[in-house]
Amino acid sequence: MSVALEEQRSEQALAPAYDLAAVRAQFPILAETVHDRPLVYLDNAATTQKPERVIAAVGDVYRHSYANVARGVHHLAERATDAFERSRAAVQRFFGAASPEEIVFVRGTTEAINLVAASWGSANVRAGDEVLITGLEHHANLIPWQRLCAEKGAHLRVAPVDERGEVSLEAFAAALSPRTRLAAFAHVSNVFGTVLPVREMVELAHRAGALALVDGPQAAPHLAVDVQALGCDFYAFSGHKVYGPSGIGALFSRAEILREMPPFLTGGGMVRTVSFETSDFADPPTRFEAGTQNLEGAVGLAAALEFLDGIGRENAASWERALLARAVERLAEIPGVRLLGAPRERASLVSFVIEGVHPHDAGTVLDSEGIAVRVGHLCAQPLMASLGVAAVVRASFALYNTLEEVEALAAGLSRVREVFGR
Amino acid sequence: MSAAGELSDLYQDLILDHTRKPRNFRELPAANRRAEGYNPLCGDRVSMMLDVAGDTVREVAFQGAGCAISTASASLLTEAVAGKSLEEVRRLVAAFVARVTGGEAPAGSEEVDLGKLEALAGVREYPMRVKCATLPWRALEAALADGEPVVRTE
Repeated sequence: MSVALEEQRSEQALAPAYDLAAVRAQFPILAETVHDRPLVYLDNAATTQKPERVIAAVGDVYRHSYANVARGVHHLAERATDAFERSRAAVQRFFGAASPEEIVFVRGTTEAINLVAASWGSANVRAGDEVLITGLEHHANLIPWQRLCAEKGAHLRVAPVDERGEVSLEAFAAALSPRTRLAAFAHVSNVFGTVLPVREMVELAHRAGALALVDGPQAAPHLAVDVQALGCDFYAFSGHKVYGPSGIGALFSRAEILREMPPFLTGGGMVRTVSFETSDFADPPTRFEAGTQNLEGAVGLAAALEFLDGIGRENAASWERALLARAVERLAEIPGVRLLGAPRERASLVSFVIEGVHPHDAGTVLDSEGIAVRVGHLCAQPLMASLGVAAVVRASFALYNTLEEVEALAAGLSRVREVFGR
Repeated sequence: MSAAGELSDLYQDLILDHTRKPRNFRELPAANRRAEGYNPLCGDRVSMMLDVAGDTVREVAFQGAGCAISTASASLLTEAVAGKSLEEVRRLVAAFVARVTGGEAPAGSEEVDLGKLEALAGVREYPMRVKCATLPWRALEAALADGEPVVRTE
Protein backbone atom coordinates (compact mmCIF):
# COMPACT_ATOMS: atom_id res chain seq x y z
CA MET A 1 0.00 0.00 0.00
CA SER A 2 2.79 2.45 0.87
CA VAL A 3 4.39 1.83 -2.50
CA ALA A 4 1.13 2.76 -4.21
CA LEU A 5 0.88 5.93 -2.12
CA GLU A 6 4.38 7.02 -3.04
CA GLU A 7 3.67 6.46 -6.70
CA GLN A 8 0.48 8.45 -6.43
CA ARG A 9 2.37 11.41 -4.99
CA SER A 10 4.97 11.34 -7.73
CA GLU A 11 4.59 13.29 -10.97
CA GLN A 12 1.76 11.97 -13.15
CA ALA A 13 3.05 10.43 -16.35
CA LEU A 14 2.03 11.83 -19.73
CA ALA A 15 2.71 8.49 -21.38
CA PRO A 16 2.66 4.93 -20.09
CA ALA A 17 5.77 2.80 -19.68
CA TYR A 18 4.45 0.59 -22.50
CA ASP A 19 3.57 1.19 -26.15
CA LEU A 20 -0.03 2.33 -25.80
CA ALA A 21 -0.82 2.21 -29.52
CA ALA A 22 0.52 -1.35 -29.74
CA VAL A 23 -1.51 -2.40 -26.70
CA ARG A 24 -4.67 -0.83 -28.13
CA ALA A 25 -4.07 -2.68 -31.38
CA GLN A 26 -4.33 -5.93 -29.42
CA PHE A 27 -7.96 -5.11 -28.51
CA PRO A 28 -9.98 -5.45 -31.73
CA ILE A 29 -13.16 -4.00 -30.21
CA LEU A 30 -11.43 -0.67 -29.56
CA ALA A 31 -11.50 -0.09 -33.34
CA GLU A 32 -15.31 -0.19 -33.37
CA THR A 33 -17.32 2.92 -34.15
CA VAL A 34 -20.48 3.79 -32.24
CA HIS A 35 -22.98 6.18 -33.87
CA ASP A 36 -20.29 6.83 -36.49
CA ARG A 37 -17.77 7.91 -33.86
CA PRO A 38 -14.74 6.09 -32.48
CA LEU A 39 -15.67 4.07 -29.41
CA VAL A 40 -14.47 5.65 -26.16
CA TYR A 41 -14.86 2.82 -23.67
CA LEU A 42 -14.87 4.16 -20.09
CA ASP A 43 -16.98 1.43 -18.45
CA ASN A 44 -14.07 -0.78 -17.42
CA ALA A 45 -15.20 -1.19 -13.82
CA ALA A 46 -18.30 -2.95 -15.19
CA THR A 47 -16.26 -5.15 -17.48
CA THR A 48 -13.07 -4.91 -19.52
CA GLN A 49 -12.53 -5.62 -23.21
CA LYS A 50 -10.50 -8.62 -24.38
CA PRO A 51 -7.09 -8.72 -26.08
CA GLU A 52 -6.40 -10.95 -29.10
CA ARG A 53 -4.46 -13.46 -27.03
CA VAL A 54 -7.47 -14.09 -24.78
CA ILE A 55 -9.78 -14.43 -27.77
CA ALA A 56 -7.24 -16.77 -29.39
CA ALA A 57 -6.75 -18.81 -26.22
CA VAL A 58 -10.50 -19.47 -25.95
CA GLY A 59 -10.63 -20.38 -29.65
CA ASP A 60 -7.60 -22.66 -29.33
CA VAL A 61 -9.29 -24.67 -26.59
CA TYR A 62 -12.20 -25.39 -28.94
CA ARG A 63 -9.85 -26.12 -31.83
CA HIS A 64 -7.28 -28.28 -30.08
CA SER A 65 -7.89 -29.15 -26.42
CA TYR A 66 -11.59 -29.42 -25.75
CA ALA A 67 -12.94 -32.25 -23.61
CA ASN A 68 -14.55 -32.62 -20.20
CA VAL A 69 -12.02 -31.78 -17.48
CA ALA A 70 -10.93 -34.58 -15.11
CA ARG A 71 -13.11 -37.20 -16.83
CA GLY A 72 -12.00 -40.01 -19.08
CA VAL A 73 -8.61 -41.37 -20.01
CA HIS A 74 -8.47 -40.39 -23.65
CA HIS A 75 -5.87 -38.01 -24.96
CA LEU A 76 -8.10 -34.94 -25.35
CA ALA A 77 -9.37 -35.35 -21.78
CA GLU A 78 -5.76 -35.33 -20.68
CA ARG A 79 -5.01 -32.15 -22.64
CA ALA A 80 -8.12 -30.45 -21.28
CA THR A 81 -7.33 -31.39 -17.69
CA ASP A 82 -3.76 -30.28 -18.08
CA ALA A 83 -4.81 -26.91 -19.52
CA PHE A 84 -7.33 -26.43 -16.70
CA GLU A 85 -4.76 -27.15 -13.97
CA ARG A 86 -2.11 -24.95 -15.63
CA SER A 87 -4.69 -22.14 -15.56
CA ARG A 88 -5.23 -22.75 -11.86
CA ALA A 89 -1.48 -22.44 -11.30
CA ALA A 90 -1.47 -19.16 -13.26
CA VAL A 91 -4.17 -17.76 -10.98
CA GLN A 92 -2.23 -18.99 -7.94
CA ARG A 93 0.92 -17.16 -9.08
CA PHE A 94 -1.00 -13.99 -9.93
CA PHE A 95 -2.46 -13.75 -6.42
CA GLY A 96 0.55 -15.09 -4.57
CA ALA A 97 -1.29 -18.06 -3.04
CA ALA A 98 0.81 -20.77 -1.40
CA SER A 99 -0.43 -23.61 -3.63
CA PRO A 100 -2.82 -24.24 -6.58
CA GLU A 101 -5.10 -26.19 -4.21
CA GLU A 102 -5.99 -22.87 -2.61
CA ILE A 103 -7.66 -21.65 -5.84
CA VAL A 104 -11.27 -22.68 -6.50
CA PHE A 105 -12.68 -21.88 -9.94
CA VAL A 106 -16.11 -20.26 -9.84
CA ARG A 107 -18.29 -18.28 -12.26
CA GLY A 108 -17.23 -15.00 -10.73
CA THR A 109 -17.11 -12.97 -7.53
CA THR A 110 -20.82 -13.32 -6.86
CA GLU A 111 -20.55 -17.11 -6.87
CA ALA A 112 -17.35 -17.01 -4.80
CA ILE A 113 -19.02 -15.01 -2.03
CA ASN A 114 -22.17 -17.12 -2.16
CA LEU A 115 -19.96 -20.20 -1.87
CA VAL A 116 -18.34 -18.88 1.30
CA ALA A 117 -21.69 -17.83 2.78
CA ALA A 118 -23.35 -21.16 2.01
CA SER A 119 -20.44 -23.44 2.88
CA TRP A 120 -18.25 -21.78 5.50
CA GLY A 121 -21.13 -19.63 6.78
CA SER A 122 -23.57 -22.46 7.31
CA ALA A 123 -20.93 -24.45 9.23
CA ASN A 124 -19.57 -21.60 11.33
CA VAL A 125 -22.15 -18.87 11.88
CA ARG A 126 -24.66 -19.40 14.69
CA ALA A 127 -27.52 -17.50 16.32
CA GLY A 128 -26.26 -14.34 17.98
CA ASP A 129 -23.05 -14.25 15.93
CA GLU A 130 -22.16 -11.25 13.81
CA VAL A 131 -20.98 -10.72 10.26
CA LEU A 132 -19.37 -7.34 9.58
CA ILE A 133 -19.40 -5.56 6.22
CA THR A 134 -18.87 -1.88 5.33
CA GLY A 135 -21.27 0.78 4.08
CA LEU A 136 -19.79 0.83 0.58
CA GLU A 137 -20.27 -2.81 -0.37
CA HIS A 138 -21.58 -4.01 -3.74
CA HIS A 139 -24.83 -6.00 -3.49
CA ALA A 140 -22.75 -9.15 -4.11
CA ASN A 141 -20.97 -8.62 -0.78
CA LEU A 142 -24.13 -7.68 1.09
CA ILE A 143 -27.06 -9.90 0.12
CA PRO A 144 -25.35 -13.32 0.72
CA TRP A 145 -24.55 -12.16 4.29
CA GLN A 146 -28.00 -10.68 4.77
CA ARG A 147 -29.51 -14.04 3.85
CA LEU A 148 -27.06 -16.06 5.95
CA CYS A 149 -27.72 -13.89 9.01
CA ALA A 150 -31.49 -14.14 8.54
CA GLU A 151 -31.27 -17.94 8.30
CA LYS A 152 -28.99 -18.28 11.33
CA GLY A 153 -30.45 -15.59 13.57
CA ALA A 154 -27.11 -13.79 13.32
CA HIS A 155 -26.62 -10.02 13.00
CA LEU A 156 -25.23 -8.11 10.04
CA ARG A 157 -23.16 -5.13 11.18
CA VAL A 158 -22.13 -2.30 8.87
CA ALA A 159 -18.96 -0.24 9.43
CA PRO A 160 -19.77 3.34 8.36
CA VAL A 161 -18.31 5.17 5.37
CA ASP A 162 -17.16 8.75 5.89
CA GLU A 163 -17.74 11.71 3.56
CA ARG A 164 -14.46 11.06 1.76
CA GLY A 165 -15.79 7.65 0.78
CA GLU A 166 -13.33 5.95 3.11
CA VAL A 167 -13.81 3.42 5.90
CA SER A 168 -11.63 4.49 8.80
CA LEU A 169 -9.75 1.83 10.72
CA GLU A 170 -11.18 3.30 13.93
CA ALA A 171 -14.77 2.92 12.71
CA PHE A 172 -14.05 -0.56 11.42
CA ALA A 173 -12.39 -1.63 14.68
CA ALA A 174 -15.30 -0.23 16.65
CA ALA A 175 -17.78 -2.31 14.62
CA LEU A 176 -15.94 -5.56 15.38
CA SER A 177 -16.99 -7.48 18.47
CA PRO A 178 -16.15 -10.78 20.17
CA ARG A 179 -19.23 -12.16 18.34
CA THR A 180 -17.91 -11.24 14.87
CA ARG A 181 -17.30 -14.47 12.96
CA LEU A 182 -16.41 -12.91 9.62
CA ALA A 183 -15.57 -9.47 8.26
CA ALA A 184 -16.21 -9.09 4.50
CA PHE A 185 -15.13 -5.94 2.70
CA ALA A 186 -14.18 -4.56 -0.71
CA HIS A 187 -10.55 -4.11 -1.66
CA VAL A 188 -11.55 -1.23 -3.97
CA SER A 189 -14.95 0.49 -3.87
CA ASN A 190 -16.88 0.21 -7.15
CA VAL A 191 -18.55 3.57 -6.42
CA PHE A 192 -15.77 5.81 -5.03
CA GLY A 193 -12.70 3.92 -6.24
CA THR A 194 -11.42 3.99 -2.66
CA VAL A 195 -8.55 1.60 -1.99
CA LEU A 196 -9.39 0.23 1.45
CA PRO A 197 -6.61 -0.47 3.97
CA VAL A 198 -7.32 -4.19 3.67
CA ARG A 199 -4.13 -5.50 5.25
CA GLU A 200 -4.85 -3.53 8.41
CA MET A 201 -8.54 -4.50 8.30
CA VAL A 202 -7.63 -8.18 8.03
CA GLU A 203 -5.34 -7.81 11.03
CA LEU A 204 -8.06 -6.09 13.08
CA ALA A 205 -10.55 -8.82 12.15
CA HIS A 206 -8.10 -11.53 13.15
CA ARG A 207 -7.38 -9.79 16.44
CA ALA A 208 -11.14 -9.87 17.15
CA GLY A 209 -11.17 -13.59 16.41
CA ALA A 210 -12.93 -13.26 13.04
CA LEU A 211 -11.97 -14.44 9.57
CA ALA A 212 -11.63 -11.89 6.76
CA LEU A 213 -12.98 -12.02 3.21
CA VAL A 214 -11.77 -9.48 0.64
CA ASP A 215 -14.08 -8.67 -2.30
CA GLY A 216 -11.47 -8.10 -4.96
CA PRO A 217 -12.82 -7.63 -8.52
CA GLN A 218 -12.19 -3.86 -8.66
CA ALA A 219 -8.66 -4.28 -7.26
CA ALA A 220 -7.30 -7.17 -9.31
CA PRO A 221 -6.81 -5.20 -12.58
CA HIS A 222 -5.13 -2.25 -10.84
CA LEU A 223 -3.18 -3.38 -7.78
CA ALA A 224 -0.59 -6.05 -7.17
CA VAL A 225 -2.60 -8.39 -4.96
CA ASP A 226 -0.65 -10.80 -2.75
CA VAL A 227 -3.04 -12.81 -0.63
CA GLN A 228 -0.30 -14.02 1.70
CA ALA A 229 0.93 -10.48 2.35
CA LEU A 230 -2.67 -9.36 2.94
CA GLY A 231 -3.17 -12.28 5.31
CA CYS A 232 -6.81 -12.64 4.26
CA ASP A 233 -8.74 -15.88 4.65
CA PHE A 234 -10.79 -15.46 1.45
CA TYR A 235 -10.20 -13.41 -1.68
CA ALA A 236 -12.85 -13.32 -4.43
CA PHE A 237 -12.46 -12.01 -7.98
CA SER A 238 -13.88 -12.12 -11.50
CA GLY A 239 -11.97 -12.88 -14.70
CA HIS A 240 -13.94 -10.50 -16.92
CA LYS A 241 -12.68 -7.48 -14.99
CA VAL A 242 -9.03 -8.34 -15.74
CA TYR A 243 -9.38 -8.67 -19.55
CA GLY A 244 -10.47 -12.32 -19.28
CA PRO A 245 -13.70 -14.07 -20.32
CA SER A 246 -16.94 -13.70 -18.39
CA GLY A 247 -18.30 -16.68 -16.48
CA ILE A 248 -14.97 -17.50 -14.83
CA GLY A 249 -13.46 -16.26 -11.59
CA ALA A 250 -11.74 -17.63 -8.56
CA LEU A 251 -12.02 -17.92 -4.84
CA PHE A 252 -8.80 -18.05 -2.87
CA SER A 253 -8.84 -19.51 0.59
CA ARG A 254 -6.14 -20.97 2.79
CA ALA A 255 -5.78 -24.75 2.54
CA GLU A 256 -6.61 -25.41 6.20
CA ILE A 257 -9.86 -23.44 5.90
CA LEU A 258 -10.97 -25.06 2.63
CA ARG A 259 -10.24 -28.51 4.06
CA GLU A 260 -12.85 -28.02 6.81
CA MET A 261 -15.52 -26.51 4.57
CA PRO A 262 -18.54 -28.59 3.45
CA PRO A 263 -19.37 -28.70 -0.29
CA PHE A 264 -21.30 -25.87 -1.95
CA LEU A 265 -22.90 -27.35 -5.08
CA THR A 266 -22.99 -31.14 -5.26
CA GLY A 267 -22.95 -33.53 -8.19
CA GLY A 268 -20.48 -34.88 -10.69
CA GLY A 269 -16.74 -34.45 -10.34
CA MET A 270 -16.59 -33.33 -6.69
CA VAL A 271 -16.73 -36.79 -5.10
CA ARG A 272 -14.53 -39.83 -4.47
CA THR A 273 -17.05 -42.63 -3.88
CA VAL A 274 -20.83 -42.47 -4.02
CA SER A 275 -23.47 -44.98 -2.93
CA PHE A 276 -27.23 -44.48 -2.70
CA GLU A 277 -26.81 -43.91 1.01
CA THR A 278 -23.85 -41.55 1.20
CA SER A 279 -21.06 -39.76 -0.65
CA ASP A 280 -17.42 -39.20 0.13
CA PHE A 281 -16.38 -35.77 -1.09
CA ALA A 282 -13.15 -34.95 -2.87
CA ASP A 283 -10.45 -32.76 -1.39
CA PRO A 284 -10.35 -29.03 -2.15
CA PRO A 285 -10.43 -27.43 -4.64
CA THR A 286 -12.29 -30.22 -6.52
CA ARG A 287 -14.80 -30.50 -3.65
CA PHE A 288 -16.12 -27.05 -4.65
CA GLU A 289 -16.12 -27.59 -8.43
CA ALA A 290 -19.24 -29.66 -9.14
CA GLY A 291 -20.30 -30.31 -12.71
CA THR A 292 -18.51 -29.76 -16.00
CA GLN A 293 -15.97 -26.99 -15.55
CA ASN A 294 -15.54 -23.83 -17.65
CA LEU A 295 -12.31 -24.94 -19.33
CA GLU A 296 -12.24 -22.28 -22.04
CA GLY A 297 -12.94 -19.62 -19.42
CA ALA A 298 -10.10 -20.80 -17.19
CA VAL A 299 -7.65 -20.94 -20.10
CA GLY A 300 -8.79 -17.50 -21.31
CA LEU A 301 -8.34 -16.14 -17.79
CA ALA A 302 -4.80 -17.50 -17.57
CA ALA A 303 -4.04 -15.83 -20.92
CA ALA A 304 -5.45 -12.55 -19.58
CA LEU A 305 -3.31 -12.71 -16.43
CA GLU A 306 -0.23 -13.41 -18.55
CA PHE A 307 -1.16 -10.46 -20.76
CA LEU A 308 -1.45 -8.18 -17.73
CA ASP A 309 1.80 -9.41 -16.24
CA GLY A 310 3.48 -8.91 -19.62
CA ILE A 311 2.59 -5.22 -19.45
CA GLY A 312 3.35 -5.13 -15.76
CA ARG A 313 0.70 -4.44 -13.15
CA GLU A 314 2.75 -1.52 -11.78
CA ASN A 315 3.01 -0.01 -15.27
CA ALA A 316 -0.71 -0.41 -15.86
CA ALA A 317 -1.54 1.03 -12.43
CA SER A 318 0.71 4.02 -12.89
CA TRP A 319 -0.87 4.91 -16.28
CA GLU A 320 -4.38 4.41 -14.90
CA ARG A 321 -3.53 6.83 -12.09
CA ALA A 322 -2.46 9.41 -14.68
CA LEU A 323 -5.78 8.94 -16.54
CA LEU A 324 -7.74 9.19 -13.30
CA ALA A 325 -5.87 12.30 -12.15
CA ARG A 326 -6.61 14.02 -15.47
CA ALA A 327 -10.28 12.97 -15.30
CA VAL A 328 -10.70 14.27 -11.75
CA GLU A 329 -9.04 17.54 -12.77
CA ARG A 330 -11.27 17.99 -15.85
CA LEU A 331 -14.51 16.98 -14.09
CA ALA A 332 -13.85 19.42 -11.25
CA GLU A 333 -13.64 22.24 -13.83
CA ILE A 334 -17.13 21.60 -15.22
CA PRO A 335 -19.77 23.71 -13.46
CA GLY A 336 -22.54 21.63 -11.90
CA VAL A 337 -20.52 18.42 -11.77
CA ARG A 338 -20.17 17.04 -8.25
CA LEU A 339 -17.70 14.22 -7.61
CA LEU A 340 -18.75 11.59 -5.09
CA GLY A 341 -16.20 11.02 -2.36
CA ALA A 342 -12.61 12.18 -2.25
CA PRO A 343 -10.65 9.14 -1.11
CA ARG A 344 -6.96 9.75 -0.49
CA GLU A 345 -6.07 6.57 -2.29
CA ARG A 346 -8.19 5.85 -5.35
CA ALA A 347 -8.03 3.26 -8.11
CA SER A 348 -9.09 3.97 -11.65
CA LEU A 349 -12.67 5.15 -11.33
CA VAL A 350 -14.69 8.23 -10.45
CA SER A 351 -18.44 8.65 -9.88
CA PHE A 352 -20.29 11.94 -10.16
CA VAL A 353 -23.65 13.63 -10.52
CA ILE A 354 -24.55 16.62 -12.69
CA GLU A 355 -26.81 19.28 -11.24
CA GLY A 356 -30.19 19.20 -12.95
CA VAL A 357 -29.36 16.32 -15.30
CA HIS A 358 -30.40 12.74 -14.62
CA PRO A 359 -27.51 10.26 -15.05
CA HIS A 360 -29.48 8.28 -17.65
CA ASP A 361 -29.89 11.39 -19.81
CA ALA A 362 -26.17 12.15 -19.43
CA GLY A 363 -25.43 8.53 -20.42
CA THR A 364 -27.57 8.79 -23.56
CA VAL A 365 -25.92 12.07 -24.66
CA LEU A 366 -22.43 10.66 -24.01
CA ASP A 367 -23.36 7.53 -25.95
CA SER A 368 -24.35 9.67 -28.92
CA GLU A 369 -20.73 10.88 -28.86
CA GLY A 370 -19.47 7.29 -28.80
CA ILE A 371 -18.59 7.42 -25.09
CA ALA A 372 -19.55 4.46 -22.89
CA VAL A 373 -19.89 5.16 -19.17
CA ARG A 374 -21.92 3.46 -16.46
CA VAL A 375 -25.07 5.12 -15.16
CA GLY A 376 -27.35 3.88 -12.40
CA HIS A 377 -27.10 2.76 -8.79
CA LEU A 378 -23.97 0.63 -9.43
CA CYS A 379 -25.46 -2.30 -7.46
CA ALA A 380 -24.99 -0.30 -4.27
CA GLN A 381 -28.50 0.88 -3.42
CA PRO A 382 -27.94 1.31 0.35
CA LEU A 383 -24.89 3.48 -0.33
CA MET A 384 -26.81 5.54 -2.94
CA ALA A 385 -29.57 6.10 -0.37
CA SER A 386 -27.04 7.33 2.20
CA LEU A 387 -25.55 9.67 -0.43
CA GLY A 388 -29.04 10.98 -1.18
CA VAL A 389 -28.93 10.12 -4.89
CA ALA A 390 -30.87 7.55 -6.93
CA ALA A 391 -28.20 7.12 -9.56
CA VAL A 392 -24.76 8.36 -10.61
CA VAL A 393 -22.49 8.51 -13.64
CA ARG A 394 -19.26 6.50 -13.36
CA ALA A 395 -16.21 6.73 -15.60
CA SER A 396 -13.65 3.96 -15.14
CA PHE A 397 -10.31 3.46 -16.81
CA ALA A 398 -8.21 0.57 -18.05
CA LEU A 399 -4.63 0.24 -19.23
CA TYR A 400 -5.70 0.82 -22.87
CA ASN A 401 -7.38 4.19 -22.34
CA THR A 402 -5.80 7.42 -23.54
CA LEU A 403 -5.64 11.00 -22.28
CA GLU A 404 -7.53 11.96 -25.48
CA GLU A 405 -10.39 9.73 -24.31
CA VAL A 406 -10.45 11.55 -20.97
CA GLU A 407 -10.65 14.84 -22.89
CA ALA A 408 -13.48 13.36 -25.00
CA LEU A 409 -15.38 12.63 -21.78
CA ALA A 410 -14.94 16.23 -20.61
CA ALA A 411 -16.09 17.53 -24.01
CA GLY A 412 -19.03 15.09 -23.92
CA LEU A 413 -20.11 16.44 -20.54
CA SER A 414 -20.03 19.97 -21.91
CA ARG A 415 -22.37 18.71 -24.64
CA VAL A 416 -24.63 17.25 -21.92
CA ARG A 417 -24.85 20.67 -20.31
CA GLU A 418 -25.56 22.24 -23.71
CA VAL A 419 -28.43 19.85 -24.46
CA PHE A 420 -30.02 20.45 -21.09
CA GLY A 421 -29.39 24.19 -21.23
CA ARG A 422 -27.38 24.70 -18.10
CA MET B 1 -25.76 0.76 -33.25
CA SER B 2 -25.28 3.48 -35.83
CA ALA B 3 -28.94 3.09 -36.80
CA ALA B 4 -29.93 5.09 -33.72
CA GLY B 5 -31.61 8.41 -34.32
CA GLU B 6 -30.21 11.86 -33.91
CA LEU B 7 -30.00 13.09 -30.35
CA SER B 8 -32.18 16.07 -31.28
CA ASP B 9 -34.99 13.64 -32.22
CA LEU B 10 -34.94 12.33 -28.66
CA TYR B 11 -34.43 15.54 -26.73
CA GLN B 12 -36.80 17.76 -28.72
CA ASP B 13 -37.52 21.28 -27.51
CA LEU B 14 -41.03 20.28 -26.44
CA ILE B 15 -39.61 17.47 -24.29
CA LEU B 16 -36.94 19.65 -22.73
CA ASP B 17 -39.59 22.29 -22.00
CA HIS B 18 -41.72 19.73 -20.14
CA THR B 19 -38.64 18.43 -18.31
CA ARG B 20 -37.68 21.88 -17.08
CA LYS B 21 -41.26 22.97 -16.31
CA PRO B 22 -43.30 19.84 -15.71
CA ARG B 23 -47.07 20.50 -15.90
CA ASN B 24 -49.39 19.30 -13.14
CA PHE B 25 -46.40 18.40 -10.99
CA ARG B 26 -48.06 18.53 -7.60
CA GLU B 27 -50.15 16.70 -5.04
CA LEU B 28 -53.79 16.14 -6.10
CA PRO B 29 -55.90 16.16 -2.93
CA ALA B 30 -59.06 15.23 -4.86
CA ALA B 31 -57.41 12.09 -6.29
CA ASN B 32 -59.48 8.90 -6.01
CA ARG B 33 -57.08 6.73 -8.04
CA ARG B 34 -53.34 6.50 -7.40
CA ALA B 35 -50.45 4.30 -8.45
CA GLU B 36 -46.70 4.50 -8.34
CA GLY B 37 -44.32 3.51 -11.12
CA TYR B 38 -40.81 2.44 -10.23
CA ASN B 39 -37.89 1.63 -12.50
CA PRO B 40 -35.34 -0.38 -10.47
CA LEU B 41 -32.73 0.11 -13.20
CA CYS B 42 -32.41 3.87 -12.73
CA GLY B 43 -34.31 4.48 -9.52
CA ASP B 44 -36.96 6.61 -11.24
CA ARG B 45 -40.20 6.94 -9.31
CA VAL B 46 -43.39 8.50 -10.57
CA SER B 47 -46.60 8.74 -8.62
CA MET B 48 -49.74 9.28 -10.75
CA MET B 49 -52.86 10.75 -9.14
CA LEU B 50 -56.24 10.85 -10.86
CA ASP B 51 -59.57 12.40 -10.05
CA VAL B 52 -62.10 10.22 -11.86
CA ALA B 53 -65.78 11.16 -11.86
CA GLY B 54 -68.12 8.63 -13.39
CA ASP B 55 -66.74 7.87 -16.81
CA THR B 56 -64.41 10.87 -17.03
CA VAL B 57 -60.87 11.62 -15.86
CA ARG B 58 -61.36 15.12 -14.49
CA GLU B 59 -57.80 15.85 -13.45
CA VAL B 60 -54.39 14.21 -13.38
CA ALA B 61 -51.26 15.20 -11.49
CA PHE B 62 -47.93 13.54 -10.75
CA GLN B 63 -45.00 13.65 -8.41
CA GLY B 64 -41.67 11.90 -8.24
CA ALA B 65 -38.14 12.09 -9.52
CA GLY B 66 -36.87 10.85 -12.82
CA CYS B 67 -34.93 11.48 -15.98
CA ALA B 68 -35.83 13.99 -18.69
CA ILE B 69 -37.75 11.40 -20.68
CA SER B 70 -39.89 10.01 -17.86
CA THR B 71 -40.58 13.49 -16.46
CA ALA B 72 -41.62 14.88 -19.86
CA SER B 73 -43.68 11.78 -20.57
CA ALA B 74 -45.55 12.13 -17.27
CA SER B 75 -46.08 15.84 -17.82
CA LEU B 76 -47.43 15.37 -21.35
CA LEU B 77 -49.59 12.52 -20.07
CA THR B 78 -51.37 14.77 -17.57
CA GLU B 79 -52.26 17.22 -20.33
CA ALA B 80 -53.34 14.54 -22.77
CA VAL B 81 -55.53 12.57 -20.38
CA ALA B 82 -57.42 15.30 -18.51
CA GLY B 83 -61.05 15.51 -19.63
CA LYS B 84 -61.05 12.22 -21.53
CA SER B 85 -63.39 9.29 -20.95
CA LEU B 86 -61.94 6.10 -19.46
CA GLU B 87 -62.35 4.36 -22.82
CA GLU B 88 -60.51 7.17 -24.63
CA VAL B 89 -57.72 6.99 -22.07
CA ARG B 90 -57.36 3.23 -22.56
CA ARG B 91 -57.10 3.70 -26.33
CA LEU B 92 -54.57 6.51 -25.87
CA VAL B 93 -52.39 4.37 -23.58
CA ALA B 94 -52.41 1.52 -26.11
CA ALA B 95 -51.61 3.85 -29.02
CA PHE B 96 -48.82 5.63 -27.12
CA VAL B 97 -47.15 2.44 -25.89
CA ALA B 98 -47.28 1.00 -29.42
CA ARG B 99 -45.78 4.21 -30.85
CA VAL B 100 -42.78 4.35 -28.48
CA THR B 101 -42.08 0.60 -28.45
CA GLY B 102 -42.36 0.34 -32.22
CA GLY B 103 -45.16 -2.21 -31.91
CA GLU B 104 -48.47 -2.35 -33.72
CA ALA B 105 -51.34 -0.35 -32.32
CA PRO B 106 -53.96 -2.81 -31.03
CA ALA B 107 -57.42 -2.89 -32.60
CA GLY B 108 -59.44 0.19 -31.75
CA SER B 109 -56.45 2.45 -31.14
CA GLU B 110 -55.07 2.76 -34.68
CA GLU B 111 -56.87 6.03 -35.32
CA VAL B 112 -55.88 7.75 -32.09
CA ASP B 113 -54.23 11.15 -32.66
CA LEU B 114 -51.24 11.35 -30.33
CA GLY B 115 -50.88 15.11 -30.74
CA LYS B 116 -47.97 16.48 -28.69
CA LEU B 117 -47.16 12.96 -27.47
CA GLU B 118 -45.75 12.34 -30.93
CA ALA B 119 -42.64 14.19 -29.67
CA LEU B 120 -41.75 11.14 -27.57
CA ALA B 121 -41.71 8.78 -30.57
CA GLY B 122 -37.95 9.36 -30.99
CA VAL B 123 -37.35 7.16 -27.96
CA ARG B 124 -38.04 4.12 -30.20
CA GLU B 125 -34.48 4.41 -31.48
CA TYR B 126 -33.11 4.10 -27.91
CA PRO B 127 -34.17 0.65 -26.64
CA MET B 128 -32.54 1.21 -23.25
CA ARG B 129 -34.69 4.32 -22.73
CA VAL B 130 -38.13 3.12 -23.85
CA LYS B 131 -39.06 2.16 -20.28
CA CYS B 132 -38.40 5.73 -19.18
CA ALA B 133 -41.14 6.92 -21.55
CA THR B 134 -43.63 4.17 -20.65
CA LEU B 135 -43.16 4.29 -16.84
CA PRO B 136 -45.83 6.97 -16.15
CA TRP B 137 -48.23 5.28 -18.58
CA ARG B 138 -47.86 1.94 -16.82
CA ALA B 139 -48.57 3.72 -13.55
CA LEU B 140 -51.63 5.35 -15.14
CA GLU B 141 -52.88 1.93 -16.28
CA ALA B 142 -52.37 0.54 -12.77
CA ALA B 143 -54.20 3.46 -11.20
CA LEU B 144 -57.18 2.92 -13.50
CA ALA B 145 -57.15 -0.84 -12.95
CA ASP B 146 -57.22 -0.11 -9.22
CA GLY B 147 -54.98 -3.09 -8.75
CA GLU B 148 -51.28 -3.06 -7.96
CA PRO B 149 -50.30 0.16 -6.17
CA VAL B 150 -46.69 -0.02 -7.41
CA VAL B 151 -45.78 -1.11 -10.92
CA ARG B 152 -42.25 -1.91 -11.92
CA THR B 153 -40.82 -1.65 -15.38
CA GLU B 154 -39.30 -5.12 -15.22
